[in-house]
Amino acid sequence: MTPHPAPEAGPFLGRLSLEALPLHEPILVATFAAVVIGGLAVLGLITKYRLWGWLWKEWFTTVDHKRIGIMYMILGLIMFLRGFADAVMMRLQQVWAFNGSEGYLNAHHYDQVFTAHGVIMIFFVAMPFITGLMNYIVPLQIGARDVSFPFLNNFSFWMTTAGAVLCMVSLFIGEFAQTGWLAYPPLSGIAYSPNVGVDYYIWSLQIAGVGTTLSGINLIVTILKLRAPGMGLMKMPVFTWTSLCANILIVASFPVLTAVLALLTLDRYVGTNFFTNDFGGSPMMYVNLIWIWGHPEVYILILPLFGVFSEVTSTFSGKKLFGYTSMVYATVVITILSYIVWLHHFFTMGSGASVNSFFGITTMVISIPTGAKLFNWLFTMYRGRIRFDLPMMWTVAFMLTFVVGGMTGVLLAVPPADFVLHNSLFLIAHFHNVIIGGVLFGLFAAINYWWPKAFGFKLDVFWGKISFWCWVVGFWLAFMPLYVLGLMGVTRRMRVFDDPSLQIWFAIAAFGALVIAAGIGAMLVQFGVSIRRRKELADDSGDPWGGRTLEWATSSPPPDYNFAFTPVIHDLDAWHDMKRRGHQRPVTGFRDIHMPGNTGAGIILAGFSLVMGFALVWHIWWLAALGFVATVGGAIVHTFNYKRDFHIPAATVVAVEDARTRQLAAGA
Amino acid sequence: MVVLDPAGDVARQQGDLIVISTVLMLLIIVPVMALTIFFAWRYRAANKQATYKPDWDHSTQLELVIWAAPLLIIICLGAVTWVATHLLDPYRPLARTAPGQAVAAEARPLDVQVVALDWKWLFIYPEQGVAAVNELVVPVDRPLRFRISSSSVMNSFYIPALAGQIYAMPGMETKLHGVFNETGSFTGFSANYSGAGFSNMRFAVKSMSQAGFEQWVAEAKRAPGGDLDRLAYLQLEKPSEKEPVRRFAAVEPQLFDAVVNMCVEPGKMCMHDMMSIDAAGGAGIAGIGNVRDLSYDKFAARGSTDIARWSMRYVAALCSSPIMSNDRPDATPVDLAPLTGAGLKRPAAPPPPAQTALNAPAAASRPLS
Amino acid sequence: MSATTITTAPTTIDEPVRFYDLDEHAHPEGHSTMLGFWIYLMSDCLIFAILFACYAVLGGNYAAGPAPKDLFDLKLIALNTAMLLFSSITYGFAVLQMQQGRVKGTQLWLAITGLFGLGFLGIELYEFHHLIELGATPQRSAFLSAFFTLVGTHGLHVTFGIVWLVTLMVQLGKHGLVAANRRRVMCLSMFWHFLDVIWIGVFTIVYLMGVLR
Repeated sequence: MTPHPAPEAGPFLGRLSLEALPLHEPILVATFAAVVIGGLAVLGLITKYRLWGWLWKEWFTTVDHKRIGIMYMILGLIMFLRGFADAVMMRLQQVWAFNGSEGYLNAHHYDQVFTAHGVIMIFFVAMPFITGLMNYIVPLQIGARDVSFPFLNNFSFWMTTAGAVLCMVSLFIGEFAQTGWLAYPPLSGIAYSPNVGVDYYIWSLQIAGVGTTLSGINLIVTILKLRAPGMGLMKMPVFTWTSLCANILIVASFPVLTAVLALLTLDRYVGTNFFTNDFGGSPMMYVNLIWIWGHPEVYILILPLFGVFSEVTSTFSGKKLFGYTSMVYATVVITILSYIVWLHHFFTMGSGASVNSFFGITTMVISIPTGAKLFNWLFTMYRGRIRFDLPMMWTVAFMLTFVVGGMTGVLLAVPPADFVLHNSLFLIAHFHNVIIGGVLFGLFAAINYWWPKAFGFKLDVFWGKISFWCWVVGFWLAFMPLYVLGLMGVTRRMRVFDDPSLQIWFAIAAFGALVIAAGIGAMLVQFGVSIRRRKELADDSGDPWGGRTLEWATSSPPPDYNFAFTPVIHDLDAWHDMKRRGHQRPVTGFRDIHMPGNTGAGIILAGFSLVMGFALVWHIWWLAALGFVATVGGAIVHTFNYKRDFHIPAATVVAVEDARTRQLAAGA
Repeated sequence: MVVLDPAGDVARQQGDLIVISTVLMLLIIVPVMALTIFFAWRYRAANKQATYKPDWDHSTQLELVIWAAPLLIIICLGAVTWVATHLLDPYRPLARTAPGQAVAAEARPLDVQVVALDWKWLFIYPEQGVAAVNELVVPVDRPLRFRISSSSVMNSFYIPALAGQIYAMPGMETKLHGVFNETGSFTGFSANYSGAGFSNMRFAVKSMSQAGFEQWVAEAKRAPGGDLDRLAYLQLEKPSEKEPVRRFAAVEPQLFDAVVNMCVEPGKMCMHDMMSIDAAGGAGIAGIGNVRDLSYDKFAARGSTDIARWSMRYVAALCSSPIMSNDRPDATPVDLAPLTGAGLKRPAAPPPPAQTALNAPAAASRPLS
Repeated sequence: MSATTITTAPTTIDEPVRFYDLDEHAHPEGHSTMLGFWIYLMSDCLIFAILFACYAVLGGNYAAGPAPKDLFDLKLIALNTAMLLFSSITYGFAVLQMQQGRVKGTQLWLAITGLFGLGFLGIELYEFHHLIELGATPQRSAFLSAFFTLVGTHGLHVTFGIVWLVTLMVQLGKHGLVAANRRRVMCLSMFWHFLDVIWIGVFTIVYLMGVLR
């Protein structure tokens, strides 16, 4: 009784046919109409204002780490709206489906919604956000002109985008996986998920995974090789340190995901027996392998934000960061420990007590360096002069929220406690508590903190504060009830409920989600209002917060080449040191600057990959082969291009720097 | 909140553990939150009275404290975890049914075999020879011993009022021990998403007096549902949702072991046979062809193909050994008398030998014993 | 780095401190390519690690089918291994020729390396063909799935190596031993030797230990 039997495959279009369009789902049809109308409007506007050439030349083909960083953030923001829409749908369904009501989503739809929510929020929201942030900030913080491999950076971005697009396509053509975000077999195997959903899942993650891995390599090499003279490892800003560790985690864990998904692909496409019940396969192997990637993944997400909080706390307290060395060691210890805790995600799979307690205790041990970090921020505030601008507000909200999430996390690491809380809404509340309270609050701090650097004007404070309070209050309203529900024995991924006493808690949670929605709305308004009032909010100094690290040494937004002369570093807080010791900005002696040139290869290759992924999902073999050949062939053709760089002439540099001199003089 | 106020001794200990661990952690969480608020208020920029030391960034004493304080809490919590994980290991037979109520050495737990089907639960009572769908009836105050498996995908067997959960996985067997201390009606469900019908994969749990339980068994033996033989099982495992409670008056004795070994169908080779052939080095080139005897759910989901098809199979040519049960004897219960140091005598008179862990070989490897 | 100092600290510090590198030499292009490529190889190594792990866990699950000792022909595999090891040596010769600045010599040794690679692939494909003809397909058991995937992934890498090798030979012909091409030769060299190291693992763990088992 599989509700949707696998379609017959035709020779030309594979499994694709008109039936793949979800015309029977009014919600999807309406969404589709809205997307088409909105999309056409955007395309029309771009055409009307003749922006295509500009977009292509200045953005799509750019290899400038700053623009790529901004594009990553935009991708993250768009996907965030989609992921949040999924969240609201779930909240609505769960508050609705009581007293015999089936709610408004059938199982086929609802199961896709929670799967897509998890996949999108992790892979296409959190990852682009942090990658974008690292891309933008790291080269500036280490005094570099760009990343080590600028073309690869562009390619990575477009591969991530191609993965996101493939995931979005599943909304309107076919279906997404109905397996939960980690797609455990045998459920995700071909016998129990014969349709295209899991294939969409696999290929969008594989394509995006290529981008993530390459970008990880790129940033590691950038940090190791392109630091300004004088910046030893122990003089790197903390954000750069945490980025380095996060990227090491990326490179050392994403290949595991690639491999395990490839094996699942083989099981589904070729009929091998890695994770089947049959012929000696082992589904538990999949669960182990995917969590060997999955646990480091959460530290990939949170570590860079720990760096952000360090920068923000120190800047807005007007103080050196307390315990820099222990902060660095704490980061490194977390990086290493994150590899020996994966089994805590399945204590309940029947490992012995000794194995369970080993992994439980290693998990708890991670809370020691994390706790040390928290104390370091606390003692950075101690005897400081704390200015409560928006980034600092987010940081304090983070500190108060994250400790609760950390505490429930350690609780879940106690195996007997996990036996009663595993897969419950308590778990859901826990990881949203650390991901929203840690990753998202950190991102909002980062966006408010570095926005003036990227665009040359500050963000509007009024709407920022509205957004802040809506988010913080909404978060507590939305997730504290889930803790309670978890203790009432309610499990995750439920579509209907029969115990009416639960409904009130779901109602509070749904209300919280609406308050968060208001927070998101306020944030979008904040962006809009700030762009409109950019003249009033302008910051000419390039250093609006009294910053301490190198990115504040250059203008806002920074010139293409970041620094006309590479800075020389003498102390930890390099820019603070320069200001303190009365440095003078050089105004003469500019030279040609060697820079990488733009290329369309990244977007074209990613486009071929997208076609190949789509064709593989639908078993359109000829198109898949064509896409594959085009991708490989395109890459080879690209290697025949030997002229990938150019020089910014000294005259241009002089013009830019003179303008900057006048701007600084006017501001002073 | 059923997790903190359950009806069974195991779940109660687990709930208590949650409270203990939370209190331990609050020892450090509360001061941190208080300090955060205090520092944020005290050192706000507007407060010019507060000390301002912009270059103060290190203090060895303070660093020691901020690493040591979490470390101490984690050492305590780690010790609690180690002990509790071993004592509350779901595989470990119960040593007590309630605080101070030791299980007699000769007492036998009630065996229940659990199969997670798409999307319902099957409970087999091997001693009583009856079975029920979506209904679990057990006597109060008697230790329960569940052997758990699944027919198709992963589920998790969870009765919050009784004890923690454990996964139910196809081709594998997991175990859970628990006891009810109160009579009453409770709910059990799958705590691991298993597909479209997952939300309704719930079952009623009734804890009854011994007499009530015996009466229920007697009723089940008269159930009109008929016998649960292999064919009936193959019918039953077809995916269905919101299955009403059903009872079976008799059960084929080795059905559960056949389920675990994935060989309910006639002609299907059992896992244990396959594994012993593999352990002996496989069946060689000649074994390549016997694929049909091995197929379980590779080409289609369980229950989606016609049962009649199974009788068309070739009879397994290789093996005719009886189905081997995965059921191994449990480790002997641990004596819960206060733990003493290594080599020290226990304070009370030595308990009967069968009950100590120290001389039971199966339990000797348990680190706690 | 003979930098001009334009900044002096007016108050606290007596000796001049320089805050900008005014006489900067641009980083030569691709100066960190080798490190980047090496890190990529390590990430690739992780993929193989997972495949080895799968083989270690599933390699004994024959599903009442054939085991390594029934299937593998060690003599053939020894020949195969020799091919790949020799190709590493010939790649070394190509690098030596490159260091002496000889384009033709480099190309020649690269071509010989490629031929060895093709020989390796040919034997591997013959082995696969033989197994599949017997019925020992990747679908037959978890052991065979893990075997075909591990060995096949290595073979796929060798295939890509050969495609790259041919591309590089063309590029050497077009542009000679320019810095970019030298870098590429060195990267491919790392890649090729890396595949050799992986193969030694495959040969030992899959074939030798498999037949002993």
